[in-house]
Amino acid sequence: MHELNFIVLLAGVVAGAAPLVFAVLGETLTEKAGVINLSLDGTLLLSAMVAFAVTFETGSLLLGFGAAALTGAAVAAVVGVAGIFLGQSQLAVGFVLTLMCRDLAYFLGNPFARLHGPQVLPLPVPFLNELPVLGPILFHQNLLVYLNFLLIGLVWFYMYGTRWGLELRAVGEHPQAAYARGINVRRLQMLYVLAGGALVGVAGAAFSLCTKPGWGRPQGAEGMGWIALAIVIFGGWHPVKVACGAYLFAWLQMMGISFQNQWPSIPAQVFQVAPFPLMIFVLLLMHFSQKRAVEQWAEKHPWSLPLIRFFHGTAPASLGQPARKRLGS
Amino acid sequence: MREKSETLKGIAVELCMSLGVVLAFTTAVLLLAKAPPLQGYRYLLEGSLGSWTKIAQVLTVWVPLTLCACGLQYTFRIGLWNIGVEGQVFMGAMGATAALRWGVGSEFPLLWLVLSALAGALSGGVWALLAGLLKSKGGVNEIFGGLGLNFVAQSISLWLIFGPWKRPGIASMSGTEPFPPELWLPSLEGWRVSPHALLFTVAVILGTGRLLQSTRIGLALKAVGGNVRAAPLFGLHAGRWMLLAMVLGGGLAGLAGTFQVTGVYHRLIPSISSQYGYLALLVVMLANYRLLWIPFIAFFFAALNVGSIQLPMMLQVDSSLSGVIQGALVLATLLVHGWREKAAERRDAETARRAGGERHA
Repeated sequence: MHELNFIVLLAGVVAGAAPLVFAVLGETLTEKAGVINLSLDGTLLLSAMVAFAVTFETGSLLLGFGAAALTGAAVAAVVGVAGIFLGQSQLAVGFVLTLMCRDLAYFLGNPFARLHGPQVLPLPVPFLNELPVLGPILFHQNLLVYLNFLLIGLVWFYMYGTRWGLELRAVGEHPQAAYARGINVRRLQMLYVLAGGALVGVAGAAFSLCTKPGWGRPQGAEGMGWIALAIVIFGGWHPVKVACGAYLFAWLQMMGISFQNQWPSIPAQVFQVAPFPLMIFVLLLMHFSQKRAVEQWAEKHPWSLPLIRFFHGTAPASLGQPARKRLGS
Repeated sequence: MREKSETLKGIAVELCMSLGVVLAFTTAVLLLAKAPPLQGYRYLLEGSLGSWTKIAQVLTVWVPLTLCACGLQYTFRIGLWNIGVEGQVFMGAMGATAALRWGVGSEFPLLWLVLSALAGALSGGVWALLAGLLKSKGGVNEIFGGLGLNFVAQSISLWLIFGPWKRPGIASMSGTEPFPPELWLPSLEGWRVSPHALLFTVAVILGTGRLLQSTRIGLALKAVGGNVRAAPLFGLHAGRWMLLAMVLGGGLAGLAGTFQVTGVYHRLIPSISSQYGYLALLVVMLANYRLLWIPFIAFFFAALNVGSIQLPMMLQVDSSLSGVIQGALVLATLLVHGWREKAAERRDAETARRAGGERHA
């Protein structure tokens, strides 16, 4: 009985993390190239709305996901053009887009509120889903979850195993040097901003077509964009660690639900914000784990080294800085 | 931030271009929602400036928006992104409510109103200080620290409304028990807006201008904001000045929350800040971080907010249209400005090259 509960819980975590995994991987790609797309919270909502509206009108899930990916890329394009080519503050543009896309989603999505539309259905993998323990957790899911697994591996291999990935990292670490080596820095950055935005768009669609089906004000995905941005920092801009962060967060969310059942007198909204203080706490932990004193302490206590190392992670060196040096223009 | 190209003509050209872009965009959005655009604009205008009552309502929104925007002047000047204004407004409202709860039934209601303002400013300031300490001591980026604290402040207020401060009988989203009228900030006959709050806000605008322009504090904030690494060379402790800027900004946001309680709702409600904290950031950006423009832009934004309230009833569309217009306006301004700057840069480079060529010839 107890074991069964555990399996159900883990399966729920894997399913619940699906949209976040898309979003954090997308943002990791963007930030690795040295650009911050702060607009995630609004982009997620806007693409969730677009996905639901398109699917509702056409009946095609594929079109819904496609439209959402285009929406995400379009919003990211604004950040890219303003930040990379026009030298404006990426933070400012991203923040404005966060608010504007959210309001745009509420405004345009109004006619689609509280309607019942098509959803992504579970698609168990034959044979694999009959494995003990792992089967129900990993292979009794929907297509989005399998795409998640695939994407985590793919992004990791792309970044650290291919020449393109090397160029991507070079552009984020040292754009001037990359430029000197003949890389078109701005074009590459724009490319990864678009790709990352498209993935965030898919994440939005995953919310409104699968994890939190339907559209409304509020939709239920509010705040997730900010969480995703924090998870990217938590995962130290490494695709696998970032994905782990998304799963950890989904697990905490599940715990929150069970806590809520224990203290029904506390309003649900209080538990919904629990991730945010946690996010601050984790960021604090990351900061202090990189202090000299902590490292010295860890050297004397070898068991703690893996833990401390997990919290290490450095931002791409030129993250968020406008490419003012007339790179590639 | 943009000293060079800021001639009057340049501003006018950029303004016209941005407004054109926003008008086209908003019209497209309205058409997409199958709402008649002209009627939409008419309702926005009539709903905000159509009568004295409406204008008073706009001014009620203008007060917290301007206070928050003035507070942001300090933090932006020193180079901090104080995204936590929203939470600071919440904390201010809670601080003020706490003070007023003590003062119910007191013989000196005026004293308690003053005390509530102090408590509100203090609570907002402390909340901002927390975000500042997280940044300076804990290495937590102020965007994430501030944002996290926003959600925390919001949930504290929900907990208070549904828990310790709940209405006798049943707790509800309509907020705490309203205060007796002697603890309300007095307002003029027929107007819902408090003249005290208006006067105070004007004083804050003037005070902020004076502080930033012609005191040592303003100079220090600017110096640290201009170059954090060079600041210690002039004997400026960057971390401490950042904390001061945060406290000043948070204090003003807290006062905005106080006025929401004492002057507008006369109780604590779950949406006490009405997202003015986030909107204030847009106001400051559109004002290009200049104090002079803030009161006017804040008034315009407040008018949009008030004007859009009746849209759901009249046109069956969502009231978030105001947010779309405000966002589009800031975005268009940033893009147009960036584009013109780039064009000017290219022209300069061209002239320089030509001049160089002539010298060679």
